[in-house]
Amino acid sequence: MHELGIANSVLEAVQTEAARHPGAVVRKVAVTVGELAGVDPESLAFSFEALTTGTEWQHLILEIQTRPRMHRCPACGLDFRVVDYQFACPECGASKTECTGGDELELAYLEMEEP
Amino acid sequence: MNRVPLEKKVLSENDRIAGELRERFREHGVLCLNLISSPGAGKTLLLERTLESFAPGTRVAVLTGDIQTDNDARRLARSGFPVRQITTGGACHLDARMIERALTEWRLEDLDLLLIENVGNLVCPASYDLGEAAKIVVLSVAEGEDKPLKYPSIFFKSALLVLNKIDLLPYVPFRIEEARENARRVHPEMEIIEVSCTTGEGLDVWRQWLEARREAARSELREAPVC
Ligand SMILES: Nc1nc2c(ncn2[C@@H]2O[C@H](COP(=O)(O)OP(=O)(O)OP(=O)(O)O)[C@@H](O)[C@H]2O)c(=O)[nH]1
Ligand SMILES: [Mg+2]
Ligand SMILES: [Zn+2]
Repeated sequence: MHELGIANSVLEAVQTEAARHPGAVVRKVAVTVGELAGVDPESLAFSFEALTTGTEWQHLILEIQTRPRMHRCPACGLDFRVVDYQFACPECGASKTECTGGDELELAYLEMEEP
Repeated sequence: MNRVPLEKKVLSENDRIAGELRERFREHGVLCLNLISSPGAGKTLLLERTLESFAPGTRVAVLTGDIQTDNDARRLARSGFPVRQITTGGACHLDARMIERALTEWRLEDLDLLLIENVGNLVCPASYDLGEAAKIVVLSVAEGEDKPLKYPSIFFKSALLVLNKIDLLPYVPFRIEEARENARRVHPEMEIIEVSCTTGEGLDVWRQWLEARREAARSELREAPVC
């Protein structure tokens, strides 16, 4: 269950950022989770709730944006989404394509009300 | 409502320390490998076999992580090489800070190979960079050939798959070709080595892989500008 540790890192990042905006109320934090990140969005949401319930952060909304595995074809330059491990380029048929996304575990943005 | 973009990694603190470790390893020509598997796939036995094949004086050290007990460290210490246990006290993975702390008692000048045995777990260790040159995933044949598809993250991030316990193939319904295909579906460039740590079969191929990586780390050091 490392999602709890990850939820904790998210909350720490929110606290650090909030400290830079005195008086602001943070409403939402958005996190990007790729399908290869090894993080289960549901258990991240659950962990985050467990962590914030009963604290000053309990109304903070966690938005989880999932990201698919993306590949790029070096032959024709096409960026495409990989479905069911089909790595060949759907445009030109090249079999060797490069993974360009899907392992993200990133903080995207915060929404806050400034005083 | 004001939207503040953050655009940074969730584990940026871990990644920062891992980056520093990687730089220190590179400066000292230390090859660092991070071994990951589910509990009991054979990481410790693979390391025991590896250490016993090294000549005395080989500049190798091992860090081994477990939630509890120092059993693995005691097993590995019989080799005579420096070994330290990291007890995570509940955490299901090692993180970069644990490695940084564990290394304070060793001088990287004295090493050229650092082997890290992660906590037995196919999921969580995949998220934590330890500054290693490569992750290695160990899968034993008793675990089922579908594991790469069920735990894609670790198979995607590992350079090498060690398929262990092939001595058990006659007794378990494990289609090894399918396991290889599944691993390559997740990670087409993955290298795969089949071994049995009990009979020793395939361990020569593993040692060659390791030697090639060590040689590459050494030549990187030679080519680095002296300043
Ligand atoms: N038959 C067979 N048994 C093996 C092989 N490799 C390891 N084992 C056995 O599998 C069991 C677990 O091996 P360990 O080396 O302790 O596994 P581990 O991955 O280090 O386990 P944790 O540290 O608890 O995650 C031990 O009883 C080993 O003797 C193998 O190649 N064949
Ligand atoms: Mg072990
Ligand atoms: Zn193409």
